[in-house]
Amino acid sequence: MDVIWDSRDVILKSFWLTVQLLVISGVASMVVGTFLVTARVSPIPVVRGVGVTYVSIFRNIPLLMVFVLVVEGAPRIGLMADVPFLLKGCIALTIYTSAFVCEALRAGVNSVSLGQAEAARSIGLTFRQSMGQVILPQATRAALPPLTSVFIALAKNTSVAAGFGLVEATARFKSVKKFVPGEADTLVLFAVIALGYIIIVEVMSFGSNRLERRWRLAR
Amino acid sequence: MRLKRTTFAVLAASMVMAVSACGDAGDDDSGDDAPDAEVAENAADNFDDGTAMKQLAEDGKVTIGVKIDQPGIGFLSGGSDIPTGFDIEVGEWLAADLGIEPEDVEWKETISDNREPFLQDGEVDLVVASYSITPERRAIVGQAGPYYITGQQLMVQKDNDEIESVDDVKGKEVCSVTGSTSLDQVEVKGAEPRGFDTYSQCRDQVLDGTVDAMTTDGSILLGYVAENPDELKVVGPEFSEERYGVGYSKDSPEMCQWITDVIQEKMDDGKWAEAFEATLGESGVETPDPPKMDACKSS
Repeated sequence: MDVIWDSRDVILKSFWLTVQLLVISGVASMVVGTFLVTARVSPIPVVRGVGVTYVSIFRNIPLLMVFVLVVEGAPRIGLMADVPFLLKGCIALTIYTSAFVCEALRAGVNSVSLGQAEAARSIGLTFRQSMGQVILPQATRAALPPLTSVFIALAKNTSVAAGFGLVEATARFKSVKKFVPGEADTLVLFAVIALGYIIIVEVMSFGSNRLERRWRLAR
Repeated sequence: MRLKRTTFAVLAASMVMAVSACGDAGDDDSGDDAPDAEVAENAADNFDDGTAMKQLAEDGKVTIGVKIDQPGIGFLSGGSDIPTGFDIEVGEWLAADLGIEPEDVEWKETISDNREPFLQDGEVDLVVASYSITPERRAIVGQAGPYYITGQQLMVQKDNDEIESVDDVKGKEVCSVTGSTSLDQVEVKGAEPRGFDTYSQCRDQVLDGTVDAMTTDGSILLGYVAENPDELKVVGPEFSEERYGVGYSKDSPEMCQWITDVIQEKMDDGKWAEAFEATLGESGVETPDPPKMDACKSS
């Protein structure tokens, strides 16, 4: 118990890193995913193809491989050698997660009735305007529950960074575990770390619920 | 939207290049030119009934947990079945004493985290895997030895003159294996710890220049330097003492004396030194005197 209490600083610090990974790659995935979904429903076939290809590549390969590519592959050919590890971790997570964000948003876009798009275009809005001002706002609202699942998965996926130079919560769990005597204390440490993740995810679920309620009233 | 296409092309191209670049690591076969240990005949007769050694000798097979990514200690090059290295030599001595040929030994890869569970669950009979003797480990598994003593050091790129000892790591990025004691040691000294799953990943980061240094036992670092003598070097005095021992299950305390005797014999007849020269010695380090082994607690 003493070991765990004495390690509270480093454990908290590691959770701060987990949160940084989550927030930075979460925001970036949302941005990239929005571009991707716009590409996927675009009237231009080539752009649509790019969106489809991206999603089928990065949704279908394991996150670990994306990490190997970004953290080990890219520096080997001189790319991103000077990019900080935190940023490299965020890039890897974003490449992977944005494909899922795109698909969650696409489900939302499909739920917006075609009449909305037709009406938007008929009053003279361009494709970009009708996407940005009419379709995506409604789509995001409908996509909120699946998006929440994507971001919860992201919160836990940050632990993959443990093997790629980032001492986040899972990596810290491994290093503190060695100094914890006995199985009972190891379980306590496990519970502490697990609780940290649970809190992070619960905060996200809470926020998502609030948003859902608020947006439902606005409709 | 045109921009997106270019971005994608760049991404796809870099992916292809990265994948092809990954293929060239670890194809250097350092070879095993150490003399093979003489395999004992009718070995089972040499052991008392009821001992773990008797059982292994009668079965004619033994499972030894080793590292396979540490050149000079325990390293499996692509395409071969039997790993090479100093730890492997030690494993072969023990197997030979049981009357088991090296090719009949089941070499099982262990990583630092699963050595104790493997011994406790009987997944392996022995562990010879750069396994430092510590009081915490001796509380849950048996460790005989030490058969070799090394210490934590730093490895940097050859032209690096900023890091000369552990006192220079403050604020520098230093990698090792996630959750290893080595990593904690440099973190205490103010280094930014960078944990990876394996030592070879960490070595690649040093080669690519993404981290400043790698840290772990000097013997492991020497193995990597032997592979890339023009790019890497080991710096500074050892700042810890690691005493490598052979792990065995607590259920068979009789193994301790046997392991110690077998290794002591090799130390006395010069086979220990020969094995060292053929493995770790290839990095150019001088062959040390064999360490004095701990006495086994009488069971």
